[in-house]
Amino acid sequence: MTRESIEFDVVVVGGGPAGLAAAIRLRQLAQAQALDLSVCVLEKAAEIGAHVLSGAVMDPRALDELLPEWRHAGAPFDAPVADAHFLWLGASRSLCLPTALLPQCFHHDGGFVVSLGEVCRWLAQQAEAQGVEIFPGFAAIDVLFDADGAVAGVITGDAGRQADGSAGPNFQPGIEVRGRYTIFAEGCRGPLGKRLMAQYRLRDGVAPQTYGLGIKELWEVPAAQSHPGRVVHTCGWPLRADTYGGGFVYHQSGGRVAVGLVVGLGYRNPYLSPFEEFQRFKTHPALRGVLAGGRRVAFGAASVVSGGIGALPALAFPGGVLVGDEAGFLNPARSKGSHTAMKSGMLAAEAVVTAVQAGRHNDVLVEYPQAVCDSWLYRELWGVRNFKSWLDKGLFVGGALFGIEQKLFGASAPWTLSPCPADHLRLDKASDSAAIVYPKPDGVLSFDRASSVFLSNIRHDAQQPCHLRLKDPELPIRVNLAEYDAPEQRYCPAGVYEIRHEADGRAVLQINAQNCLHCKTCDIKDPSQNIEWTPPEGGDGPSYPAM
Amino acid sequence: MKILVPVKRVVDPCVAVRVKPDASGIDASGVRMSMNPFDEIAVEAAVRFREAGVAAEVVAVSCGVPASQEVLRTAMAIGADRGILVETANELSPLAVAKLLKAVCAEEKPDLVICGKQAVDDDANQTGQMLAALLGWPQATFASALDIVDGRVCVTRDLDDGREALRLPMPAVVTTELGLNEPRYATLPNIMKARKKPLRVVAPGELGGEPSVGVMTIEWAEPPVRRAGVRVESVTDLVDRLRAAKVL
Ligand SMILES: Cc1cc2nc3c(=O)[nH]c(=O)nc-3n(C[C@H](O)[C@H](O)[C@H](O)COP(=O)(O)OP(=O)(O)OC[C@H]3O[C@@H](n4cnc5c(N)ncnc54)[C@H](O)[C@@H]3O)c2cc1C
Ligand code: SF4
Repeated sequence: MTRESIEFDVVVVGGGPAGLAAAIRLRQLAQAQALDLSVCVLEKAAEIGAHVLSGAVMDPRALDELLPEWRHAGAPFDAPVADAHFLWLGASRSLCLPTALLPQCFHHDGGFVVSLGEVCRWLAQQAEAQGVEIFPGFAAIDVLFDADGAVAGVITGDAGRQADGSAGPNFQPGIEVRGRYTIFAEGCRGPLGKRLMAQYRLRDGVAPQTYGLGIKELWEVPAAQSHPGRVVHTCGWPLRADTYGGGFVYHQSGGRVAVGLVVGLGYRNPYLSPFEEFQRFKTHPALRGVLAGGRRVAFGAASVVSGGIGALPALAFPGGVLVGDEAGFLNPARSKGSHTAMKSGMLAAEAVVTAVQAGRHNDVLVEYPQAVCDSWLYRELWGVRNFKSWLDKGLFVGGALFGIEQKLFGASAPWTLSPCPADHLRLDKASDSAAIVYPKPDGVLSFDRASSVFLSNIRHDAQQPCHLRLKDPELPIRVNLAEYDAPEQRYCPAGVYEIRHEADGRAVLQINAQNCLHCKTCDIKDPSQNIEWTPPEGGDGPSYPAM
Repeated sequence: MKILVPVKRVVDPCVAVRVKPDASGIDASGVRMSMNPFDEIAVEAAVRFREAGVAAEVVAVSCGVPASQEVLRTAMAIGADRGILVETANELSPLAVAKLLKAVCAEEKPDLVICGKQAVDDDANQTGQMLAALLGWPQATFASALDIVDGRVCVTRDLDDGREALRLPMPAVVTTELGLNEPRYATLPNIMKARKKPLRVVAPGELGGEPSVGVMTIEWAEPPVRRAGVRVESVTDLVDRLRAAKVL
């Protein structure tokens, strides 16, 4: 098929903090050096920010460097961190750990409680003012290679295909978006990033990436329970000590509270349901006090990278680079990735401008990984390199040892622990696991999946090929159901996967793709790596107002 | 021949809206907005006439806040040639919009106005009709088929008891029904082109004054929550329950 083709100097895939910071930096540098440099950003959500789900407590370090005037430019940062608490939760008790005992990386001084989706909308305005062309509603679905095997851009998704793959009456084929350099900023577990890592063997010799699934709700609470700028992190209940993860409660301005639970996807028990764990989490007395009398206004889920520096792949390859969570720049000890995402995007932009000025194109931007190594970004991640590995030894022992390491040595501990194995390899067989009985939702603090997904404002054109692809369509029954009691029924926060029994008693896997929240958990956790998450039609998916 | 298409920026129909805690309106912060789906159909219909050589120019016009420029850009990405925003922060009733559109028509002198039959946010279904009355032009509402033959507008309307075929002299006002067409996807190159098409912003004052508010909204409330149903075991169970509820 011959496709229409358009050309930019730089193509950015993904309009999150990493992609937008890269785009802004590119245009800033181009303008400063009177360089003619066209930059476009492709974003699969119908609107910038509508697929961004985060906490978020944001460290403004990268923003200070990118837009030093941001405090006077109407940025949506109206809740500076006022007080921070770290709670250990038992089933009905809680214990507040004194801040003095916590390592520096658990402090939030100077940070802001924000909606990262709103921050991205604001960044997009700044980018457009700098002359960046932003195209929401267009997903990049494939990488375009030139004759020499270098990345030459991306291909956008087709629109108007029927469920059977044939072209519908309004069919519009995707187009080629070509660039001298392409910056991949798809966020956690990006499908193109996954493809590139395989193609260029970017993960050779590095630790497997590990992930968490974050499930979050936004609540409006009575004025007396709202403390803008308050930051609460929890560990312990409802997760067992051998499951990595923790909860958060962030008080935004305007009586809004973000509450969420991140569950490490290296969990072992196939009966665990992150969704139910989160619903149960909210019924703890420590959370009840915040949420009671309030109203839930939004729901969503997203995966987070947590492998830290040891799991960073090679960052540059011919014609392109990986930035932000696509590469895995999140700092797992601080559970903050927005400032590192922005910083990596800015460093990539600087490398691109250097190369373009030298007349180069579609080659390896060696300057970028070097700049990362020379920056605070690298030092920050290096300092907490053992976090995930310590925590893998269990919450109590590991957490304490990580704390001691940080207090005694800071970044200069004379050891680096061996990494954790990939998440999909860690599930125990159902026969070796205890079933978990979760309480029924009370409809006040805890809810079922259907009413939750409703609050994500999801839209997927039902007339399109299923975007959740099974490499082997029989495997979910033959292996997943037989050996793990079909864990996808439980780990998917949106109830997309359902085991149904036909009239003849045969079990089949039904995929309700139109409910998909784009969290990518199935792509990560499927024990046989049989599920492939691909972008659906551009503009489809959740529509998060301010997550 | 020139076609004018009024377009409205509304909360995206896929988004669940909430009333603000103080009941003063819909909480639209961060909520996705898009073009009223019926207006998209109107733009598509107009653009098809231009592509068929029947119309020479398609002009999209919107009345409202500065962000309404986005829906004008969308209209231009579908194929409208230029856009006009009558910019005002006032709450606009259908009559107020119809008056502003009348003023735009006085300037633009279109041969045909194609409107959506209603906006999906307030479901008023009045603007097109009021505009036709103010202009003294013939109107055909709920068009499910639309053609221009020998300088006349031919409209089919699907009614409960059959189909009605109308023929109107121009200038005229037509409002669109869902089945009229399926709007195309705006392609990336067309979105780029749309960003360069002319968009004029005018104040109501330049068109003869801000229309009076006319309607004031006092309070907003959400519909009562439907209580969960029960699953009945059998027909007798159903009958028993209906009896118990004194319905039978
Ligand atoms: C529950 C939770 C809590 C968190 N809390 C915090 C916190 O408190 N502080 C903090 O700093 N960080 C936090 N993070 C992490 C932070 O959100 C991420 O590190 C950050 O969003 C990464 O930015 P990014 O630009 O790399 O990716 P993303 O923010 O994920 O953005 C990627 C964008 O690319 C788009 N996209 C993806 N694929 C394609 C494609 N193929 N074509 C077109 N568009 C595409 C996506 O729709 C998205 O808009 C949290 C994350 C989660 C999930
Ligand atoms: S189908 Fe996969 S990506 Fe979609 S919500 Fe479920 S687990 Fe997440």
